[in-house]
Amino acid sequence: MDFQLLWFILIAILFIGYFFLEGFDFGVGILMPFISRDDVDRRVCINTIGPFWDANEVWLITAGGAMFAAFPHWYATLFSGFYLPLLLILLALIFRAVGFEFRAKVNKLFWKRSADHFIFWGSLIPAFIWGVALTNIVMGLPIGEDMNFTGGLFGLLSPYAILGGLASTTVFTLHGAVFLTLRTDGPLMERAAKVAQMMWIPAGLLLLAFALLGYRYTVLFDGLGLIPGTLPALAVLAFISGYFLLKMGRTGWSFAATGATILFGTVVAFEGLFPMLMPSTLNPDWSLTIYNASSSDLTLTIMSVVALIFLPLILGYQIYSYYVFRKRVTRDSIPTH
Amino acid sequence: MEALDLARWQFGITTIYHFVFVPLTLGLSVLVAIIQTFWYRTGDERYKQLTKYFGKLFVIVFTLGIVTGIVQEFQFGMNWSEYSRFVGDIFGIPLAIEALMAFFMESTFLGLWLFGWNRLSKGVHLLSIWLVAIASNLSAIWILMANSWMQVPVGYEIVGGRAELSDFVAILLNERLLVQMPHTIIAGFVTGGLFVLGISAWMMYRGNQVQTFKKSAQIALVFTAVASLLTATTGHSQAQDTVQSQPMKMAAMEGLWETEQPASFSLFALIDQENKTSMREVRLPYMLSVLAHNNATSEVKGLNELQAEMEEKYGEGNYIPPVKTVYWSFRVMVGLGTLFILIAFTGLILWWKGKLETTTWFHKALMGALFLPYVANSAGWLVTEMGRQPWVVYGLLLTSDGVSPSVAGSSIWISMAAFTLVYGFLAAVAVFLVVKYAKPGIPKESDKSGQDSDEVSDKADAFAY
Repeated sequence: MDFQLLWFILIAILFIGYFFLEGFDFGVGILMPFISRDDVDRRVCINTIGPFWDANEVWLITAGGAMFAAFPHWYATLFSGFYLPLLLILLALIFRAVGFEFRAKVNKLFWKRSADHFIFWGSLIPAFIWGVALTNIVMGLPIGEDMNFTGGLFGLLSPYAILGGLASTTVFTLHGAVFLTLRTDGPLMERAAKVAQMMWIPAGLLLLAFALLGYRYTVLFDGLGLIPGTLPALAVLAFISGYFLLKMGRTGWSFAATGATILFGTVVAFEGLFPMLMPSTLNPDWSLTIYNASSSDLTLTIMSVVALIFLPLILGYQIYSYYVFRKRVTRDSIPTH
Repeated sequence: MEALDLARWQFGITTIYHFVFVPLTLGLSVLVAIIQTFWYRTGDERYKQLTKYFGKLFVIVFTLGIVTGIVQEFQFGMNWSEYSRFVGDIFGIPLAIEALMAFFMESTFLGLWLFGWNRLSKGVHLLSIWLVAIASNLSAIWILMANSWMQVPVGYEIVGGRAELSDFVAILLNERLLVQMPHTIIAGFVTGGLFVLGISAWMMYRGNQVQTFKKSAQIALVFTAVASLLTATTGHSQAQDTVQSQPMKMAAMEGLWETEQPASFSLFALIDQENKTSMREVRLPYMLSVLAHNNATSEVKGLNELQAEMEEKYGEGNYIPPVKTVYWSFRVMVGLGTLFILIAFTGLILWWKGKLETTTWFHKALMGALFLPYVANSAGWLVTEMGRQPWVVYGLLLTSDGVSPSVAGSSIWISMAAFTLVYGFLAAVAVFLVVKYAKPGIPKESDKSGQDSDEVSDKADAFAY
């Protein structure tokens, strides 16, 4: 196996980790204002992700660093090309983090309402833009001969890309709803479960539309027949089974199922792109591929050694952290002031 | 302004702002860990109170460091795509390792520390804060490795217009890293030390739990005294390295236009960059030669000669950095560094005389000194980064060749305005919160209501959101 392929897979894993983990805390942030009945409910929601959200975000930071090291041209083209969308994501993540960390620091209504807005919009905006951005990548972008993006902001906002954004937002929200069902108790948990059940149909329709139109608009299914293969089938299967698992009261498994939907969906995107990283619509030869965008073999070798040492370690202590905080967050665990 | 200037301004604003919080995090994380260790070892409740008190302040500061750090990870690609293409092979490695080795550890164990007061054993809880402190400082090592390579590129070869890695060990052991990394990290310790000292002094001055805050002041005094001395010695090593590896930067730091042998150290000068001269100079003879080479009669090259040398080597161009900024930033940094040493040792003497908790003028001085390390840190950073101009990678890539060609000036205006506004807002929030949480001090033990609230928060999660 060549190192370019290994790093393509590793970066895919980092994005899967990011969408899986931050996906549910985006969902929690989006749902928090709607399923809470009072301030304590809101704090319960926030505290379900309290110990995790920051580490979840590090998956994105690491993906950024790994892209820089392994595929510098990908890093350079993607983030200079998606300049303003990325700016919006960054600002949203800033406000969101500040909302989480500082909300309980001042016991004033205005302060808490502001923090609620930061958390809601700071979760909704990135959840949407990541979908739009990924959709644009799999649609292909106007990339010139010098590897630079030549399009404009509004070219990124095609109806299909917006459909992608809506799909990602809905799926993350659903994922978050199941997570809340898993991590809270009492009436709050019941409301979360209800929201989750209600969301399955719209999420399913959006995903279906996105997948079917994908034949027309994206490079994902090029060269495939009508039946695209195992991975999309697994995504569909996971999505549908999640609904029934939740109805059966198997919340943990249902959460695994929405997670698996995100996992397989991301895998489909990366696999469909392979060996391209960013297809060019101007000239197929100008596309960024894992070979023409990569670092030297020496860099990739060193990075591989580092990743193979640290990724298991990271998974180990992150799982430990989820294990420590495995109990449901209850209303009486929230300080009174 | 052109896109290039805007991109430079944006990078300067966001990086200096990020670097307000980072050094404080480096030092404060270690100090909170030390104080908690005292609690663990002695069982003295006062150390527990101090841990919670400074821990809350630490979290506020840490949050600002994180949110401004996310921007840093991506803005090389956003604004400096050509730079990213050129250096990715090398620069990306420490960045990725930083995330893998440090950021994950830092964020996961901070979560465990914040929410684990009642769920973890005391030992594991203590270990968590130590891992946060270690991870913060590890991240500094890796990012400084990346920066050191921009200052003194090693272990590379140019292949197809890009710098490709040829020797990873050379990058790990870059002589520049070995002087720049300790200097920067230890300056962070001084920043954290003066923060704890300043706040402890404020509380002693106000008569809040004087005996408790005397303890944190004592810990921070020892910490700051050692760190401020080491900052000076490592800074000296770094300057000596700069003489060898970046003579142009050194000449700018000294406002030295003409080569001198023996070279004098400048105390004051009005710098006229246009006419390439300095006026009203006050100079200490022989001093620069001594500082630069440990030899009173050695030669130190001036800006004009170095400019001629560089033109010969790299072709026509202006290779002189903005001398005035570099010259004065250097003086501000060194002056403040010296002041920090004086303050720390004054404090040690007062402690020795048993007057640490009663000397109010010193409390006031410490409260003032709390704000100064940020000025010194930014000044030091300006010397390093502005002194390297016009290069982004010294001798290899000009800053003007690193900027993103596909990003329009209008986009950068938008982002720069947004960052400036948001960061301004964040600064206001952070200062407000630090004051809000620092000012009440620690509730008195005799105070019944204070005790009650502490008991309540012991059952619930004290650091819950």
